[in-house]
Amino acid sequence: MIKYLLRRIAIMVPTLLVTSILIFTIMRLPPTDYFETYVAELQAQGERADLGRIEFLRKEYGLDQPAVTQYFRWVGGFFKGDFGYSFEYDLPVSAIVGERLGLTILLAFCTILLTWIIAFPIGIYSATHQYSWGDYGLTFVGLLGIAIPHFLLALVMMYFANVWFGLSIGGLMDPKYFNQPMSWEKAQSILAHLWIPVLIIGAGGTGSMIRKIRANLLDELQKQYVVTAKAKGLPPGRALRKYPLRMSLNFFISHIGDILPTLVSGAELTAVVLSLQTTGPLLLRALQSQDMFLAGSFLMFLALLTVIGTLISDIALAFLDPRIRLQGEATK
Amino acid sequence: MSLTLQHLPAPGERLAHSVSQKPFDPQAAETLTDAQRKVYLASQTTLMWWKFKRHRLAVISGVVILAIYFMAAIAEFLAPYNYEKRHSDFIRMPPQSVHLFHEGSFVGPFTYGTIYNLNLENLKREYTEDRTTIHKLRFFCEGDSYRFWGLIEGNRHLVCAGEGGTLFLLGTDRLGRDMLSRILIGARISLTIGLIGITISFVLGIVIGGLAGYYGGLFDLVVQRAIEIIQSLPHIPIWLALASIMPPHWSPLVVYFGITVILGLMDWTGLARSVRSKLLSLREEDYVLAAQLMGARTPRIVFRHLVPGFMSHLIASATITIPTMILGETALSFLGLGLRPPITSWGVMLNEAQNINVVALYPWLITPVIPVVLVILAFNFLGDGLRDAADPYH
Repeated sequence: MIKYLLRRIAIMVPTLLVTSILIFTIMRLPPTDYFETYVAELQAQGERADLGRIEFLRKEYGLDQPAVTQYFRWVGGFFKGDFGYSFEYDLPVSAIVGERLGLTILLAFCTILLTWIIAFPIGIYSATHQYSWGDYGLTFVGLLGIAIPHFLLALVMMYFANVWFGLSIGGLMDPKYFNQPMSWEKAQSILAHLWIPVLIIGAGGTGSMIRKIRANLLDELQKQYVVTAKAKGLPPGRALRKYPLRMSLNFFISHIGDILPTLVSGAELTAVVLSLQTTGPLLLRALQSQDMFLAGSFLMFLALLTVIGTLISDIALAFLDPRIRLQGEATK
Repeated sequence: MSLTLQHLPAPGERLAHSVSQKPFDPQAAETLTDAQRKVYLASQTTLMWWKFKRHRLAVISGVVILAIYFMAAIAEFLAPYNYEKRHSDFIRMPPQSVHLFHEGSFVGPFTYGTIYNLNLENLKREYTEDRTTIHKLRFFCEGDSYRFWGLIEGNRHLVCAGEGGTLFLLGTDRLGRDMLSRILIGARISLTIGLIGITISFVLGIVIGGLAGYYGGLFDLVVQRAIEIIQSLPHIPIWLALASIMPPHWSPLVVYFGITVILGLMDWTGLARSVRSKLLSLREEDYVLAAQLMGARTPRIVFRHLVPGFMSHLIASATITIPTMILGETALSFLGLGLRPPITSWGVMLNEAQNINVVALYPWLITPVIPVVLVILAFNFLGDGLRDAADPYH
């Protein structure tokens, strides 16, 4: 087990290294950089840019140096807790992400909880009643959640939430509370706003979760040990719960790996439409304005979380399933 | 051979000897009835087809998809107007309805005239039906001219408004263009983007996954890590980053291909993974050893002997990923980073519907979402059916 663990962790290092190179390359690919776009924008508005200051900033952040040097500066900063500097906000990256990260995690946690609570019973029902009307109906509803683009659902829900319940449009709280210390009113405001994004983001997740549970359980239900259990007279409920359901949950554990990054990135598009104060819109905005350190460090952070998530789920799987451990092969 | 209790001889006596008088047929056990013959000797394709037919929703979805693609192919003919034509007198007009009866008497399909009025208080355009004028619809009529597939001149339409009347079944947008015509034309881009994208990811997935699965070892390790890396990057931000690389001076058509390539490049990992795991189990089979002994080279073994063995699985999983691409295009265009006008796609149309005023005042501008949902549902059901059918011996 320890050997397996060590090897798993050793593999993480080159993975992260390559990821960082990849992200850096993508960030550097656009032919212009943030400052050029910025100057062009200022000029378009008829204003004069302070070229001296921009030149200074370029030097300060090493944008005038060759790409390789820039890369090592950027990566080297990580080890010192320096994630770079956002040009657009004129603040260090870590300072901007601040409160948004907490809200994003709260939102994602509620969404995942809702997804599981809804998807589990439905998925099990669909699998045990394959091709029944109930199965068709529930699968259809689940698919509908996948098929409707989230951002549109968000728009429409936002409208009706405003018309029917008089909620202020968008956001995770009343704008006056943002960046304020936590208080009872603020918490209430957050709770009142939270359910709309939770429902919208949850809709798609629930749909795909239902399908996965259904497919995995169906695979297990066809196996011979289920037939044996039934033939030996195990009541149907126990015959389902005791073996096939547990086996089909393996996928669920490997799913943990995907959960960590979504916890922090959230559903970007929905967040943009609803103007949620989460990290998603921040990342998209940074990508659009080529605020490369903010975007790059954030992507890197997401990648790190995915790798850690995969590690956790691999360890959990190896722990639960000796076949994986002994084979020494991490499967997903 | 079963003897009932009455016919049993008394204990100790011998059983009555019985021999069938029928002529003996040594093949009797192997002979199949016609019904059995049909099942046992059916080819794999036939079995798949039978299994597929059992999933009724999948069959219906298949038909729907074919119909939609066919409609997209002849969109110019089906659209009542040229999709680019601006009707400046009818801006943001709500959908018109087609009537059959006028004041209780049957007239045939027709639309009423429209009275336009600018509300000076809130500057809202208001359209009311003019119940006095009738415009009978014309069928197979000559209307706006168009270039079919950008090549052939034509002006024949399935249906047009009556002389002097209008036919905006789904309303008009902010430039007075007919929504229905735009949706029909937009289908062409939105639907092909998924197909081209999936082709790219399919080829990448089979080649990379195939070689990784067959060779194993170092190559496999590298590919595995690469897949892990690509999957660890969140999709939408990477699409965005890649889309922003495309220089703004590219023509819309090149942008279109750029987007499909981006969508395809991010999507092959799932396929590669499943190809690899299938190959890992298949390469131990005897027929692979036989092929190796006969001197077949690796590419031949992989692509001639192994890949066809699970092609059906691949097609099924590809069908399920097409919707992701269609949604991806919608999302990118919604953010203004995907396709740009004058190219018309469902995503571009939805881009115009992105603020809450639209939902409140001009809800018909979000109608392009209906075909999006329909197509995605249909592809999902079709994919489900194909996946079930891919393994007919189950």
